[in-house]
Amino acid sequence: MPGFGLTMGLTLSWLSIIILIPLAGLLLKSLELSPEQFWNILSSRRTLNALRVSFGLAFAAACVNLVMGSIIVWALVRYRFPGRRLFDAIVDVPFALPTAVAGVALTALFAEKGWLGAPLAAAGIKVAFTPLGIFVAMIFIGIPFVVRTVQPVLQDLDPEIEEAAGSLGASRWQTIIRVILPSLGPALLTGLALAFARAVGEYGSVIFIAGNLPNVSEIAPLLIVIRLSEFRYADATAIAVVMLVVSFVIIFAVNRLQRWARSRIPAR
Amino acid sequence: MTMQIADSVSLSAPDAKVRAHAAAARNSLRTEPRAVRIVIIALAMTFLSVFVVLPLVVVFAQAFSKGILAYLAALTDPEALSAIKLTLVVAAISVGLNLVFGLVAAWAIAKFEFRGKTFLITLIDLPFSVSPVISGLVFVLLFGAQGYFGSWLRDHDIQILFAVPGIALATTFVTFPFVARALIPLMQEQGTQEEEAAISLGASGLQTFFRVTLPNIKWGVLYGVLLCNARAMGEFGAVSVVSGHIRGETNTMPLLVEILYNEYQFVAAFAIASLLAMLALITLIAKTVLEHHLDEGHDASDH
Repeated sequence: MPGFGLTMGLTLSWLSIIILIPLAGLLLKSLELSPEQFWNILSSRRTLNALRVSFGLAFAAACVNLVMGSIIVWALVRYRFPGRRLFDAIVDVPFALPTAVAGVALTALFAEKGWLGAPLAAAGIKVAFTPLGIFVAMIFIGIPFVVRTVQPVLQDLDPEIEEAAGSLGASRWQTIIRVILPSLGPALLTGLALAFARAVGEYGSVIFIAGNLPNVSEIAPLLIVIRLSEFRYADATAIAVVMLVVSFVIIFAVNRLQRWARSRIPAR
Repeated sequence: MTMQIADSVSLSAPDAKVRAHAAAARNSLRTEPRAVRIVIIALAMTFLSVFVVLPLVVVFAQAFSKGILAYLAALTDPEALSAIKLTLVVAAISVGLNLVFGLVAAWAIAKFEFRGKTFLITLIDLPFSVSPVISGLVFVLLFGAQGYFGSWLRDHDIQILFAVPGIALATTFVTFPFVARALIPLMQEQGTQEEEAAISLGASGLQTFFRVTLPNIKWGVLYGVLLCNARAMGEFGAVSVVSGHIRGETNTMPLLVEILYNEYQFVAAFAIASLLAMLALITLIAKTVLEHHLDEGHDASDH
């Protein structure tokens, strides 16, 4: 086979120009900061609150996605009902819909006069322009991750283990908790991690509905943008590095998890 | 498969009855009571309707809330037209670049064995896990006035940030993995036999690629380009950081949605948003069709 040297060379050069050099620039910039400066930026009240809002709400939203995603996968894979294929396709909408469009749409929907915002406001629940709004937007963008990672695993699950559990006297509930859930475990965790990673870094679909009140409903990516517009590049860089490190740790963990899940399959 | 059919043909009637009974019993071990099924389906459909269907419907409802004339007027506004044009130009540049890169990278990764392959794929995947805002920030740090190349660019009068090159770069960054990721598994699955045959028959490397490899992966290429394009046209965070928001010059469609929305021009904002929503819907439909083609190719190679 010809072309290894050429294609590999081009791949590495292009990868370096577009991805590696820009990311290295960010890390280099952060090294210009003394550890003390770095710490002062990160421990400022506004930064800490922004990180807390982003990470905390992203985790809560990912947990909702884990539960609702599992229910959706179960319905799509195990049951036949009218509109199943349509709902299956709809799951991908948050992937495909530009984030700014999702942002303005969710805001219009959950604003006090919106279709869902009005009844919720009557019940005393304010969604748009509060942290709850951020939570809603993060749930929206996380939906496909859990569904699309768990769906193929549930589809490929060997029916015989369930039948064996059932015919050996396990109740349906016991079979689900002790037989099916452990087999889906790695896929569920992967979906959770991917939904979390996406929600932490999310910008477009969140900023319209968030209200963006410093210390209350200001997400970390927005704080980066604000610091940039104030020409406080050091602050922007420090926050970005923290977020970048966390997302690298997450990909690393997901890769490990996937490898571990694959190594389990032959044993069954 | 054929054995099963032969089996059931040779069955006598009572046997078939016993079998059907056994199958029903087996199925009952694998499903839930009717009430539970209905609750689960209802939960899933309600959740998807509230969080996905309603936001989509709202976009179109708001866009047409002042009638079709207001909608059309919003779309033919000079600012809207220039945003549409810029979005198309930027998408063409970044999809083109990533298409070439994706083909080259997939060839190197799928057709050869080498150490560090998983690591290389992880690097290609990086943009998927980087916040869009950070994807924009890295280019500000490189090319901004205080950036590493800032003063050099100013001396040579080259404008990257707050201009088309910066927007195209940031978009290329965020859409980097799409084509490569669509092609690598497909080309790995197809192996190298056909290419080796062509080369042993005297074809050159490029001839082999265009006559043998490309026809085999055409649906995969389309699939990657489709997803890459959807993301390129819809990218907001990264582009927002590098664009500078110069009206009529560096506003892409998603950026214009933001500006109009913040100016309370809701019909105009949602009119532009409706175009992007239609792009998303068309992308999803085309994706479903392409997945069908890719599955067929998969089945064909199995037999």
